[in-house]
Amino acid sequence: MSDLPAGVQRRTIDGERSLATRGEPVYGEATDGEWRAWNPRRSKLAAMLESGLATGLAGGETVLYLGAAAGTTVSHVADFAGPTYAVEFAPRPMRDLLAACETRPRLFPLLADARTPGEYAHVVEPVDAVVQDVATRGQAAVAVANAQFLREDGRLLLAVKARSEDVTADPESVFEAVLDDLRERYEILTTERLEPSHDDHLGVVARPRS
Amino acid sequence: MTDDAAGAGWFEGVDPDSLAGAREALEAGSADAPADWPARAVAAGFAADADDYYDKLHEATTTVARQRVRELERADDRQLIHAVRAMDDCRRTANELAERVAEWAGARYDDAGTGVEYARELAAGDASGDPTGDADRDPAGERLVALAERTAALADEADELERFVGRAAPDVAPNLAAMAGPVLAARLISLAGGLEALAKQPSSTVQVLGAEDALFAHLRGDAPSPKHGVIYTHEYVSGTRREKRGSAARALAGKLTIAARVDHYGGDRRPELDAELDERIRQIRGGGDE
Repeated sequence: MSDLPAGVQRRTIDGERSLATRGEPVYGEATDGEWRAWNPRRSKLAAMLESGLATGLAGGETVLYLGAAAGTTVSHVADFAGPTYAVEFAPRPMRDLLAACETRPRLFPLLADARTPGEYAHVVEPVDAVVQDVATRGQAAVAVANAQFLREDGRLLLAVKARSEDVTADPESVFEAVLDDLRERYEILTTERLEPSHDDHLGVVARPRS
Repeated sequence: MTDDAAGAGWFEGVDPDSLAGAREALEAGSADAPADWPARAVAAGFAADADDYYDKLHEATTTVARQRVRELERADDRQLIHAVRAMDDCRRTANELAERVAEWAGARYDDAGTGVEYARELAAGDASGDPTGDADRDPAGERLVALAERTAALADEADELERFVGRAAPDVAPNLAAMAGPVLAARLISLAGGLEALAKQPSSTVQVLGAEDALFAHLRGDAPSPKHGVIYTHEYVSGTRREKRGSAARALAGKLTIAARVDHYGGDRRPELDAELDERIRQIRGGGDE
């Protein structure tokens, strides 16, 4: 099992063993002092860390987070990472994300579409990690379009949702197709199914091809 | 890293002390590729060091995102509902008054026209047999022209309201407006009582929204079920031949419902929905058995 990034610990909070980061609570999660529980059922990145996937995260990285939604996961990322750019397209969840940004001076909200990175390339610097959790069709295309943000030794941490691509198809064949598309710009390092926390999701770690 | 000439960073041209203009720069700006913006901003004198840059970036991004969110949420469905209902009221009333104007004018002039267009001509004073400036201008003629002016003004307001609906509907419901057109989208939201209510309705209800009389007649048992409500105005229904209209209405209602749900619960634009509908309508019109 690979090590957790600095700033992420396994702790017992409210009698439950769970991952935790240090920061202001955001969505009513259980807390213990300044530590707050990071539930793998609510966060695909937490599920990836929990499963022991070698994410390559050490803590303190610059991160581009695509599909930040209401900020559940990205708030934890900002707790242990460095400058974190959070891209979310929908205004409703963005309102909640803004609350998480208030107590996190290195978390930058961007109301933009992850499918058109030109909209935010004038703001986002090259990053150590791209974390992607967008539930739309064309998840591989989003990852490929955003490969330009990764440094040479950077990592893509992707949670592929099979049902977003095609609800009727067999998840395994959807994952194969997505991985094939990813190979255009990435070298796949490791993958892992995220069951039981997330059905029909595949965690992917990849690095950009030079 | 792509440090060479990717374009201009968002901070260029922004006053570092007030961050005025940051919104314009963040929203309208773009670049072909990312660059080491913190280092560039420091080199350009925008920030003292990387920490200072990140503080400014945080302030600018949170402020702009908050403004945008507030604006988008203010573009709410209530305003749209009022606007589309007012539009229908104005248009209906203008037509009614235009009839009255035509009837009145017909009693006075041999070559009186009909409709809102004639009321406009009369109001503008270029209708033939026009009383303005004419010797036969009398108190009754003055009243007639005044009524024609009000009729034309109401028709103008209906057009203005339609333009407003055309601008507002894509903000409230981007997918629904793109698929249905802004006016039909606004009518559906109005009939359902709101975007949330529309998003929660089954597509069979959406299919017959606006055909309540026919629906209840059907439920009482003395009429066939209505095939479509206001969605009839959509080209995909009205432009499909009669036998296939029910199928087209059902397919359209299904996709419109999904679009309304995406708009209410998500908010992002999904062009693939339009493509799926186009494909389905092509199949239906192609005449294959349903």
